[in-house]
Amino acid sequence: MDDTATPSSTSVPAIDLPSEAFDAVLDELATRDPGEPLRFEGFTVETETSNGDATTYRLDPAGDEPQTGLSEAALHEALDARAPAVTDWYAFERAVGEFGPRRAFLRWIEDADGETVATRYAALAEGITRAWGELRITATVTDRGARRYDVRHVDDAGTPVGDLDRYDDPLDARDLVTTDAAGRYRPLKTAPTLAAGWVFADLGPHDAYETVETIYPATVANWHREREGDLDVSHWRETMARQSGIYGVVKTWDRGEGYEHVNWVAESCCADSQCLKRREWEYDEETDLDVDGGDGVFPCREPCSLVVSAARKWTRLESEQPRSYTFELTPSEKEQLETIVDAVADGRADEIREADVKDGANRFRARFLRAKRFDDNGTLCGVATDPDDAE
Amino acid sequence: MQSLVIVAHGSHLNPDSSAPTYAHADTIRAAGAFDEVRTGFWKEEPHFREVLRTVEGDDVYVVPLFVSEGYFTEQVIPRELRLDDWDVTAWDSDGLSADQATLVAEDIGREVHYCGPVGTHEAMTDVIVRRAESVTGDPDVGEGVGLAVVGHGTERNENSAKAIEYHADRIRDRDRFDEVRALYMDEDPEVDDLPDFFESDDVVLVPLFIADGYHTQEDIPEDVGLCADYTDGYDVPTVVDDTRVWYAGAVGTEPLMADVVLERAADAGADLGSALEDVRQTTRVATGD
Repeated sequence: MDDTATPSSTSVPAIDLPSEAFDAVLDELATRDPGEPLRFEGFTVETETSNGDATTYRLDPAGDEPQTGLSEAALHEALDARAPAVTDWYAFERAVGEFGPRRAFLRWIEDADGETVATRYAALAEGITRAWGELRITATVTDRGARRYDVRHVDDAGTPVGDLDRYDDPLDARDLVTTDAAGRYRPLKTAPTLAAGWVFADLGPHDAYETVETIYPATVANWHREREGDLDVSHWRETMARQSGIYGVVKTWDRGEGYEHVNWVAESCCADSQCLKRREWEYDEETDLDVDGGDGVFPCREPCSLVVSAARKWTRLESEQPRSYTFELTPSEKEQLETIVDAVADGRADEIREADVKDGANRFRARFLRAKRFDDNGTLCGVATDPDDAE
Repeated sequence: MQSLVIVAHGSHLNPDSSAPTYAHADTIRAAGAFDEVRTGFWKEEPHFREVLRTVEGDDVYVVPLFVSEGYFTEQVIPRELRLDDWDVTAWDSDGLSADQATLVAEDIGREVHYCGPVGTHEAMTDVIVRRAESVTGDPDVGEGVGLAVVGHGTERNENSAKAIEYHADRIRDRDRFDEVRALYMDEDPEVDDLPDFFESDDVVLVPLFIADGYHTQEDIPEDVGLCADYTDGYDVPTVVDDTRVWYAGAVGTEPLMADVVLERAADAGADLGSALEDVRQTTRVATGD
């Protein structure tokens, strides 16, 4: 299965009710008044009376009728027979805990708010897989109803665990995200440059969440807020207006002459080829950008620090007025310049084969162009950048 | 549930920038006093703007891993964390005495304890001394040795120089080193002329910076004359004009820094149990003494 928690045709696995799950049920019932039922999928359990030592329980429904007057031992037997529902309750109410983003994320992985326990347990027996950025997260269930998670790069989908570098501590993921496969520093955690070759093979729910949080910080929290309908999007205008210090200049780039410059920023920095977040911020509350926000599963709620830093540079560069220059190039040389810009912009320059002189961005082709068209000062066709500098 | 959030600058260009933040967070996690320890950055992720929403606890302590009070601790961090009604007067500080302010963070609708920066805490003095011990490999370093505490200077922020002088004065008062001087990168007395300010044959140079980067790895080594070009590297110690200079690199990389982070949280009311003692012990092992 890929990316969705579709029901499986296999049967519900046999589950033994672990003592900690049963104890948690008793603890929970002890906090409730008699007649205040604890709900599991398909039935409820409540305390009937507590007369000294003789606490009895009611389970409803059990077959067509409620079962009443159950001793603790009888309740244990009845819940053991319903172990999938009880362990499902235990997994989310106790093992996962209350924290909203973690709980919502782990429930989403197995579609716990959409599918029945039976369907999910049958699917978990085979493994339910979800994609999160470049991560592939597979949830399974043990014979005691506990969830286990395998987190790895999507490119390692079919690779045996033994062939990958294995980790258990979520914080070890910090080293995995620091550099890309070529060893270059990754300043943006959500850039699609996560290196492959590793696996967190057997994580509990807390560690699975922490691993994702370490690899893609705050993406779960923002996704959760978006699902809850309260993602706090901060658009370009308000984000730039907030900047101070060396970034304060960026607000001057908005001159009330439209937002084309922000389209260019979004196209440059925020496309799915550059960042896996789905851009939800626009020029301002009333003005959407003309550029697609991408298809990422987790949202981008405001221009990030890389965009602000780049915008600072562009603010200065874009304050220049255009000039007309006259260069003499062959048609192929003009096209070659376009090819070189494309190759750099698409991150393709390093992939061009050494002897592929058909490619205009090939190093030898670029060196030839430089040898022919640049003067000793590195100036294209000897045309001075500033006309006042012309000899 | 008690949570610690360490906030630091980070970098778009240099992976070493966040390394000390992570290292100190790990030390504090191991000490077990907090139910969770998170890190947030100005230039990395999670960003200041989003770190609080990753925090689960209801008793939240935010400690800035910055060397002085100023632009970041007074403007940028409170603004980006969205601390309601923040005003620098809440710290009632003379530039060195910020302790903590309790404010609601609008992002999460909960109170957080916003602490003063690590660099101005009195415990930072011990870290500078520890750094001198680490770089010389001598737990008793001091006799016959000079100590230079080096900072940016006042060009950007007068409190930067205050912090340098504060710690230099405190170390001088201990009579441990033969000489202690506060030196600066962009004002007098300048670190460029280091040997002129010391009579001792050996001088330990400790830069009051949080992380190693451009200033500590390129600027200062070249300015002091440890190397002509930082790419050449340098030895520790290196002799400059007959003075043996023990260059320590950024003080913020010293493991004992975790202690200062904890002190800040403790001053703001965090319940640390034996964590302070534990961290002093574990970081002591790291120096080999």
